[in-house]
Amino acid sequence: MDVRKVLVVEDSPTMRQLIVFALKRIRGLKISEANDGVDGLKKLSADTFDLILTDINMPIMDGLKLVSMVRNDPRYKEVPIVVITTEGAVEDRERALALGANEYITKPIQTTTILDTVKRLLA
Amino acid sequence: MGRNDDTKNPTNRGEEFLQVFKKGAEFTQELLKENEKLRYRLVGLEEALGKGPSDGSEDDAETLQLRQRVLELEREKEEILGRVKEIEEENEDFAHRYVEIEEENNMLANLYIASFQLHSTLDFKEVLQIILEIVINLIGAEEFGVLLLDEKTNRLEPVASEGLSTSDIPAVAIGRGIIGEAAQSGENYFIDSMAGYERNFEQPLVCIPLMIKDQNIGVIAIYKLLVQKDEFNSVDYELFTLLAGHAATAVFSSRLYSDSERKLSTIQGFIDLLTK
Repeated sequence: MDVRKVLVVEDSPTMRQLIVFALKRIRGLKISEANDGVDGLKKLSADTFDLILTDINMPIMDGLKLVSMVRNDPRYKEVPIVVITTEGAVEDRERALALGANEYITKPIQTTTILDTVKRLLA
Repeated sequence: MGRNDDTKNPTNRGEEFLQVFKKGAEFTQELLKENEKLRYRLVGLEEALGKGPSDGSEDDAETLQLRQRVLELEREKEEILGRVKEIEEENEDFAHRYVEIEEENNMLANLYIASFQLHSTLDFKEVLQIILEIVINLIGAEEFGVLLLDEKTNRLEPVASEGLSTSDIPAVAIGRGIIGEAAQSGENYFIDSMAGYERNFEQPLVCIPLMIKDQNIGVIAIYKLLVQKDEFNSVDYELFTLLAGHAATAVFSSRLYSDSERKLSTIQGFIDLLTK
């Protein structure tokens, strides 16, 4: 079985654990964690990833900045990005998608939605 | 000599011929009648054969068997169709049940992580931060506060909040108003209708008492949900109740630990002062 690598960028340890715990249900995933956008970029430069899940509201570097930087880097141009956020307004969604996010999931966390989205993007 | 008689009496011969002809005609008439009778009988027999009961021939027996087999097959078909319908209904039930179990499973997994995080520290501020994260990420609240019981004043004092300033949340006396009554009774409070609701510190959308057995230590009062969260589902209600218990013990133990640490530090300082 191919191992697929997923990077979870989330500043809240509780939320990060919730996402990681949910993702562990998908077989063959190797999950890495980052505390914020800068930490996420560090992890990206040190390894290759098949998918990125990121929050928007984070200290140091927010999720939208991370999405923008990842999309402007030719190395990660094709890596799917899923945004998971509390920001539920239409303009927030459109902004994230315009910057290059592939999917936009709003909180409260819906495990089924996250799992279905990740499976679909990794298929 | 007879020949001679015949030739001699032509009148007699004519009468004899007429007699024979008449007899022939009568015989013919009788034959026609007999024929007519037979034809009637034949028609009667044909009708009897066509409509009447089986005469027990092989063809009739085979037809009868085939008819019985057809009836049996029809019955079997009806039974199978009935069973298929039952199985389809069962399948639909299983599908619904699967979704329900999946949701419960997700909820339990989330609760496991939430309680694990709550009990992962004895730092009071950290516990409060984890409570805030859980209420935002799992429940989907945008504006809410955590109020803890001050046993000296018997009032619920705000200690943490999200989406609004903690100092804006008024303290509440136990037993007074919706929040005070929820804390006293230990019963969760949910507003009847969220439609048109505007933040009111006296009347939150939801008030969850933090209980350790029968002892209340505080409440979580929610004043606004995230824009994408317009109602609570059944899982939320279970989550509220289970979460309230875990949050309560985490708050209680961390506060107890903080107090004991502070006292220990004071005593240690006093001992150091005496021994030096």
